[in-house]
Amino acid sequence: MGNLTPELAALRDETRDLAKSYGLDFYEVIFELVDHDELNMIASYGGFPTRYPHWRFGMEYEHLTKSYAYGLSKIYELVINNDPCYAYLMRSNALTEQKLVMAHVYGHCDFFKNNAWFAHTSRKMMDALANHGSKIRRYMDRHGQERVENFIDVVHSLDNLIDPYSPYIDRGNDARQLARAAEGSTREVQKIAAKDYMDRYINPPEFLKRERERMQKEEQQSRRFPARPARDVLKFLLDNAPLETWQQDVLAMLREEAYYFAPQGMTKIMNEGWAVFWHSKLMTRHLCDASEIVQYCDTHSGTLATRPGQINPYKMGVELFRHIEERWDHGRFGAEFQACDDPEVRRKWHRPTNEGRAKVFEVRRIYNDVTFIDEFVTPEFAEDQKMFVYGQDPQTGQLMIVDRDYRKVKEQLLAALTNFGNPIIKVVDGNYRNRGELYLVHEWVGGDLQLEQAQMTLQGLYQLWQRPVHIETIEGGKGRLLSYDGEAATSTEVTASHPAVGRVGSAKAAEA
Amino acid sequence: MSVRRIDQDHTRFRQIVRGKIKQNLKRFVSSGELIGKQGQRYVTIPLPQITLPKFRYGENQKNGVGQGEGEPGKPVPGQDGDGQGQAGEDEGKHSIEVDVPLEDLAKILGEELELPNIEPRGRKSLSSLAGRYTGISRAGPMSLRHFKRTFREALKRQIASGTYDPDHPLVIPIREDLRFRALQTRSIPQASAVILYMMDVSGSMGREQKDIVRIEAFWIDTWLRHQYKNLEVHYIVHDAVAHEVDQHTFFHLRESGGTKISSAYELCLQLMRDKYPAQEWNVYPFHFSDGDNWSTRDTEHCVSLLKDSMLPACNQFCYGQVKSAYGSGQFKKDLDTAFRGEEKVVTTDIQDRDGILPSIKSFLGRGR
Repeated sequence: MGNLTPELAALRDETRDLAKSYGLDFYEVIFELVDHDELNMIASYGGFPTRYPHWRFGMEYEHLTKSYAYGLSKIYELVINNDPCYAYLMRSNALTEQKLVMAHVYGHCDFFKNNAWFAHTSRKMMDALANHGSKIRRYMDRHGQERVENFIDVVHSLDNLIDPYSPYIDRGNDARQLARAAEGSTREVQKIAAKDYMDRYINPPEFLKRERERMQKEEQQSRRFPARPARDVLKFLLDNAPLETWQQDVLAMLREEAYYFAPQGMTKIMNEGWAVFWHSKLMTRHLCDASEIVQYCDTHSGTLATRPGQINPYKMGVELFRHIEERWDHGRFGAEFQACDDPEVRRKWHRPTNEGRAKVFEVRRIYNDVTFIDEFVTPEFAEDQKMFVYGQDPQTGQLMIVDRDYRKVKEQLLAALTNFGNPIIKVVDGNYRNRGELYLVHEWVGGDLQLEQAQMTLQGLYQLWQRPVHIETIEGGKGRLLSYDGEAATSTEVTASHPAVGRVGSAKAAEA
Repeated sequence: MSVRRIDQDHTRFRQIVRGKIKQNLKRFVSSGELIGKQGQRYVTIPLPQITLPKFRYGENQKNGVGQGEGEPGKPVPGQDGDGQGQAGEDEGKHSIEVDVPLEDLAKILGEELELPNIEPRGRKSLSSLAGRYTGISRAGPMSLRHFKRTFREALKRQIASGTYDPDHPLVIPIREDLRFRALQTRSIPQASAVILYMMDVSGSMGREQKDIVRIEAFWIDTWLRHQYKNLEVHYIVHDAVAHEVDQHTFFHLRESGGTKISSAYELCLQLMRDKYPAQEWNVYPFHFSDGDNWSTRDTEHCVSLLKDSMLPACNQFCYGQVKSAYGSGQFKKDLDTAFRGEEKVVTTDIQDRDGILPSIKSFLGRGR
């Protein structure tokens, strides 16, 4: 494996040693030299050439091939989170570009290995996905391609309904805790200890009644199914939907893949920023010779180019890492700095702490995009980067700059990054109306769902659940319930939420 | 690495897009806009895409964060001036703008829609031979010897037979290795064609309807230009009376009033008789309207004009009916009834922009 030319192999060794000397730490990286068509093909499969057959990959391939053929874009680098890491180099790239890509790849590999959000991902995914591929292919042989593919289509349309944080925290949904809760509910009302003659004062009937009601309510709650709203809808379906064995298996595999790819979505800005941070350091300090610098700059600036209406994750990430390094080199942190609100003083602040390098390594270990932006976008950063919030002018349809305040900018960025820009949807009831119907709730946080698509998604969901399915959401400030019962799709206005939902009335939540 | 597994997936995707398999997904196919800018050569490549439905946010709030110059309250720089309001499909890929020569564009169109090449009629001497020395052959005069190819062959032979010694890289061609440049002939169409566009500009044809006609006409032009060397185009607009106009007027004029379709057909026939005899010209009349006509009497008149005079003198008559809020759509029904089984008459319904490609396909898909 690894088919580098001797020249590239020597370059790889040089780059690897340099990266190590800066403290980067990675699994072994295997570079493969491929031509553009192979690269497009591998990229279409998300980096794993042995994945299961699906038209979606063919669509991706057509898009990549066409944009390559018309000279719109080309893929420079592709690297797989695996042990060993696999990285692909395009054969037609110039030597300078290969250098850049290698340095960039080592940045990614370090990030994969050390960032906490990747800690749970399987490092043998190359094998796992190949296994998924052959299993699904076998199912297709047995049950027919059409049938299996249709099932996959349905799962794809639901595959954003996972709980990206579940690998890291305990949602208290596991069986043991639920059993304990159920046990508690059979108790008698606990009286507060008191002498007999004081009892009716300390434990008056109203108090006992209130307690009893509270316990009943708790009991009721624990009898709910699921006991607590389940954010991992795919898991809920896996455990509870009436699926055939092969369907269960396919669903489990696709869910596993969704979880494997989730951290890459959670750290897009950081991961790219980190890779650019290191390629630019390694290239400009060591790898480029004088004759290559112009070509390097050309390629590098192409990567970092921004268009006014967009955020480029490469640019945003690297600038933020550099900003952090600078701040921690000059001691621009801590309570005293935070308290200072004179922009002049803040800009000139200088206490030679020189902790920048250590800080960026710490940041790459424990942060993800949301916390990264939340903590490190400062007023100075937003100003230097000329960041703004835009909105659409309702009359002309043009996009207008609305605000340059860094708080607004941050708010907007965070909103877009939360849950990868997907709505948060939970299962609150798997036995709605005591008729085995499925009830989902969209946790409204500022954006309405696209109702038409939601309705069609419900129809797919129905194929899995095989009983009527509902989703409660808010549209134009009013509660709305979309339902599909296998024949008719309905959309009704609702005023009261499902009892298991925390919010009082949907309309109220919308106001807030 | 497995061999070209992607080809299977790609074929499957193409089949879904073409509606050959998995009809249930057909409704999620979007074809992307065709023209980005009308300025000579800017176009967008059709990039069909299947978007599976998901629970996702609606389009209603279009705000985000950007980087760049500008005061609050000013437009974000770098947008297109004229309101391309709802350009976006959803997040991710939009159709892409790219500079492509018209020639290539026609090829792309032909590939996308699987259009057959037209077999022109009229004069027999349709193509003449022209040639360039772009081919390679094994025989030829020494003056056309291709050195590089010859030596490559020799090298291949020597390596294969084991007589090549890298330390003494001596390559000697023998007779079998010789390669020569060869004349490659290709046929160049000599036939001439004329397109006669007719459009209803009565009050019911709104801006969107005209845009649809404009896009469709652009593609028809492109394709026919690719097929014929000499292409002439005439534009006719009509409400109750018909006029011949220039291209700009054709697409921008907004008249109002009644609709008398026969007026346009008469003018069209006039042109055909005067200038474009069927023996020498391939004639393509296209008519676009929203399907409303003045009276059933006039419709009958149209049908007889078509039947008696127009059809014998043209390759194919195409009628595209653009859906508008006011049009009754009756005219297409009348034509369909009158010309059932007539191959030379093609009628299509264009509901919206997504209907343009299928409509072009049925107009040009017969190779007439």
